[in-house]
Amino acid sequence: MAATLSFGSKTCTGALKGKTANVVSLASSKKSFVTKAVKRPMTMTEKILANHSNNGVVTPGDNIWTRVDKLLTHDVCGPGTFGIFQKEFGPNAQVWDNEGVIIIPDHYIFTTDPRANRNVDIMRDMAQKYNIKYFYDIVDRSNFRANPNYKGVCHVAMAQEGHCKPGEVLFGTDSHTCNAGAFGQFATGVGNTDAGFILGTGKLLVKVPPTMRFTMDGEMPHYLQAKDLILQIIGEIGVAGATYKAMEFIGSAIEKMNMDERMTICNMVVEAGGKNGVVPPDQTTFDYVKARSDKPFEPVYSDPGAKFIAEYRWDVSKLEPVVAAPHSPDNRKLARECKDVKIDRVYIGSCTGGKTEDFLTAAKLFHKAQRQVKVPTYLVPATQKVWGDVYSLPVPGCDGKTAAEIFEAAGCVTPAAPSCAACLGGPKDTFARMNEPLVCVSTTNRNFPGRMGHKEGQVYLASPYTAAASALKGYVCDPREYL
Amino acid sequence: SRVITGKCFVTKDNIDTDQIIPAEYLTLVPSKPDEYEKLGSYALIGLPDDLYKTRFVKDGKMKTDYPIIIGGQNFGCGSSREHAPVAIGAAGGRVVVAESYARIFFRNCMSTGELYPCETELRLCDILKTDSEVTVDMDKNILTDHSNGKVYDLKPIGEAGPVVDAGGIFEYARKHGMIKTA
Repeated sequence: MAATLSFGSKTCTGALKGKTANVVSLASSKKSFVTKAVKRPMTMTEKILANHSNNGVVTPGDNIWTRVDKLLTHDVCGPGTFGIFQKEFGPNAQVWDNEGVIIIPDHYIFTTDPRANRNVDIMRDMAQKYNIKYFYDIVDRSNFRANPNYKGVCHVAMAQEGHCKPGEVLFGTDSHTCNAGAFGQFATGVGNTDAGFILGTGKLLVKVPPTMRFTMDGEMPHYLQAKDLILQIIGEIGVAGATYKAMEFIGSAIEKMNMDERMTICNMVVEAGGKNGVVPPDQTTFDYVKARSDKPFEPVYSDPGAKFIAEYRWDVSKLEPVVAAPHSPDNRKLARECKDVKIDRVYIGSCTGGKTEDFLTAAKLFHKAQRQVKVPTYLVPATQKVWGDVYSLPVPGCDGKTAAEIFEAAGCVTPAAPSCAACLGGPKDTFARMNEPLVCVSTTNRNFPGRMGHKEGQVYLASPYTAAASALKGYVCDPREYL
Repeated sequence: SRVITGKCFVTKDNIDTDQIIPAEYLTLVPSKPDEYEKLGSYALIGLPDDLYKTRFVKDGKMKTDYPIIIGGQNFGCGSSREHAPVAIGAAGGRVVVAESYARIFFRNCMSTGELYPCETELRLCDILKTDSEVTVDMDKNILTDHSNGKVYDLKPIGEAGPVVDAGGIFEYARKHGMIKTA
């Protein structure tokens, strides 16, 4: 049964370039005035949403229809999302923009689980049926390098493939879609039904969030990383401290960070309950984006005088490496105060802590220490590109050695095929899955019971430096011991 | 109906999506009917065994004895996986009564129409006990504990109510003439 959607009195005819019209002019929930609305100063999150709606100005709390630039999905939620799209819009419907849907298999790839494998096949069928331009396929699971299009972890791939742009609106069927906010865009996670709705219409009804602003000033100590900052923040405000709110990150420490580090911060916004995270785009952002895409974009910034619902400020030079102890991302402790916690393994990977910067810095610590790890240390580069960097880039200040060489010398497990792997447990045969009650220090994003597999597993969330130091010590360890 | 009577299953704060439906079961695709049923059998299987001696879905069964879940703060935190409210609904859960919700879970309850995400200002999770017979009345906005007759206030379900009544956003949109079916 085909369906068209119309809100308001007009039905739009004629397709926009490359876009189909299953739906159409969706009137805003408030009457829009023809005369110029009085512009109130807005935060960048408010402005991005205003720019994408029929409202010239929005206020936190407003329910608005926003146009969507991009929808991201993967192997776990993609089949369900397309299933809903087909059921609701009919077998003859087309997706709203076949260049706006990005399908990135990444969650359960290197497994013998037949349903997991089937889900990747389903995504291939959908990509073909709907002429989806960006589908990063994998067919030969025995050798990821035999699949030139396969990328790996979706959020990192989105950035590396040039799909993240300042000022845009991105929804993804994954909670860590907020990762892309590092590029100064509105990016957040939704479920299959909302995503199915976007597939057909290119729009979504959302409530405008108020913004909490976090100013991170001062010089970053050499042993501190972006992960320490976001764990500090989550420990401060709690796992529901930012629920329904946007988190904006500014300050000299943020400005000096590269895109990988900014992504680490925005990635974990959801762990504080946040709706989205943003970093104002600057030259660092533009250089990164322009090196990967020549499509135009329009950066957006908070107005002077914009209202923030809360303000926090830290002098990062006074901060120390922290961990989130079991079983909550807000269970913040100083790494040095956990030095008596004996560990069984270390895991370096995921969208949060498996990027190039994460591996280069972990390698730097290993190289400086010049000794071997005391526990199995699992390394999972997030994407093919990160894997390549691990094997080819000389780690700064390490005698020309690559991260892979340093990891081998330190006795780490050989870097594995890029995917989400054990961050969320997954099928039982997933690489590095915790199948027994063990203690693990991990650069991942969540440590609720059972997160990495076993219900009694204990996961300490940490920065790459802290993870590497802990691997060398065999205990949770402050990286200052080796740096 | 907005009046639901049955046994309640009590949980505490920060019940995250990995406890509601562990990641290993996410290979099941909710839009496929047989896999939808299977998802239900795994609802809340991730709850730690030492804290939750009673299982939400008993071993070997596909459905729950508990149409009502009681929660604390931040119910449904963690992942955006729609499988979470879907698993609870597929098992026969009808309503969650919690102090507060994580936003994606709240949205998913509504969009799928699987669960009423009801809120209360009280720590019902500290007051009620699993297996107590209760009635959740979302017309009168009260919860009645039939073991002692005590009545507790609920916050009005608000705009989420009609959407869940209809069976989700698409059904709601069709019912209200927002979608024309060809």
